[in-house]
Amino acid sequence: MFSFCSDPSVLEGFDWFACYLTSATHLNFYGAFLLVLVLLAVTAPAALGMGMLGALALRARFLPLVAVGKVYVNIVRGVPDIVFFLFVPIALGQGIEWMLHQVRCPDWTEPIRQGTDFLVCPEAKVPPNGSPQWLYTAYAFGMAVLAFALVFGAFVANTLHGAMQAVPRAQVETAEAYGMTRAQAFRRVVLPQMWVYALPGLSNIWQILIKATPLLFLLGLQDIVYWARELGGQKTSLFSYPHPDWRMWYFLALLIFYLFLTWISERVFAWLGRRLSHGQATAAGERMRKAAA
Amino acid sequence: MRTCWESFEAYAFRALGRDFGERLLPRGLDITFCDQVFLIGSGLMWNIYFAGLAIAIGFGLSVAVAMARFSQNPWLSRPASGFIFVFRGSPLFIQFFFFYAAFVLLPRSGIDIPLGFVTLTVDTSALTTAQVGGLFVLVLNTTAYSAELFHGALQSIPKGDLEAADAYGMRGWTKFRRVIFPNMLRLAWPSYTNEAIFLTHSTTLVFLSAFPARQQVGEAFYYARYFVDQTFNPFVAYPLVAAYFVALTLVIVAVYGLVGRRLNRHLPQTRRARFRFRPQYIR
Repeated sequence: MFSFCSDPSVLEGFDWFACYLTSATHLNFYGAFLLVLVLLAVTAPAALGMGMLGALALRARFLPLVAVGKVYVNIVRGVPDIVFFLFVPIALGQGIEWMLHQVRCPDWTEPIRQGTDFLVCPEAKVPPNGSPQWLYTAYAFGMAVLAFALVFGAFVANTLHGAMQAVPRAQVETAEAYGMTRAQAFRRVVLPQMWVYALPGLSNIWQILIKATPLLFLLGLQDIVYWARELGGQKTSLFSYPHPDWRMWYFLALLIFYLFLTWISERVFAWLGRRLSHGQATAAGERMRKAAA
Repeated sequence: MRTCWESFEAYAFRALGRDFGERLLPRGLDITFCDQVFLIGSGLMWNIYFAGLAIAIGFGLSVAVAMARFSQNPWLSRPASGFIFVFRGSPLFIQFFFFYAAFVLLPRSGIDIPLGFVTLTVDTSALTTAQVGGLFVLVLNTTAYSAELFHGALQSIPKGDLEAADAYGMRGWTKFRRVIFPNMLRLAWPSYTNEAIFLTHSTTLVFLSAFPARQQVGEAFYYARYFVDQTFNPFVAYPLVAAYFVALTLVIVAVYGLVGRRLNRHLPQTRRARFRFRPQYIR
């Protein structure tokens, strides 16, 4: 990074640390923090979308749809999530390859499960054989996002369903008295008002989502946990920057990163709660009205 | 191929160590369905060990931390809130890694703590094992989570009850033992049930990469992952471990339900705080 870093063995003190902390592997480590933020940024809307679909299914008037919603929410919530995070990517990957196998190689006669192997024809491989490395990484990342969205979608669906029920019944009845259809009343009355009721639950789920991101490591991605273990481990004099076992300090840095993340989001959600309570028929909204008057 | 009885003999107590059954775990094509049932089931005893001890130790500590947080003395409440924030605000997964890395750095021969008349030698090598070190982290973690619950309950103790205690001239320890503690416990019990469930579920994190599973001694999910790695088939071992955990959850709900009934026995049916299952597994 810096010009004086060309020969690390002669460096001392501050210069040594400046060069050490800007080495190529450390830049990868910092990139992994970005990966966590990207994962959060992608997963949160995906989970919100899944949750919205689930909540709509739960309040549908079509019975099979309600059943689908209930099964989804209860199965995901009833099973330890960690099982889900490991199960979904493998099961989904095998499921996709199995379906492609049925479509693309109908005359393949050998069984797919041979002993401990899962063998599909070469045309059904995802990503295709010989793809560049980044495609494999992107595929693994996509699977992880899907697993997160599935699990957290179920939590969100439950919260949003509760929030929709919590919108005062009189408001919906008023909308109906104005001649709005069910869909119109939902769009114009329930949807804008439900968020203040959903916010405490959503804030909780967001905190859990933040704390679930290190599980990416289990899916074989080179995330912050991976790099902290790699970089922190003892380095002999064969390396350009020899040092003893520093894993504790690396994991301390990760702890601080996560504490900062949860602290910031606590602040943001508190601010959002104040914004959303404005003019609402809730205790917080009433207090704000009185304070302003 | 082994019969079911043979795999029971070989693996039903394998989680206790190499000497309690087959030395090696079954591999590759040799794995039968019964092997998976019994080996995963034998791992469950470690889940119960971790959860049971962590809850038992954490309970006393968390009541103390909750009282400290509720106290008006900033020298008590600030550190207590800090402790709770650190352990609730960071992932348990990272906490395991951090403490393991810290324990490894301790001197292997043990630390001598001179107490004046006697010198206490702390066996630090035990801390790098999951059975002691992992339990230590779980205790700290559940202490923080339960302390937050108990703090919330302390805040919502009915004012009338406290005034009644004052009117009877109760003070200090008597007031705590007769009025504050039972009320706090009763109010926090539904959410404390959930905490016990989540803690049990999070015992699956103990052997995930930080603490080593020596002699392939691990908990249920460790064995489930072992089978999936061996057979590349997630559709047997993971549903099995999920089923075991659902059963364990039902047991916890039943036991805590009995205690909750006893805590609320003086109240009319309608005023009792009900337990609601609110899963929040990741911590």
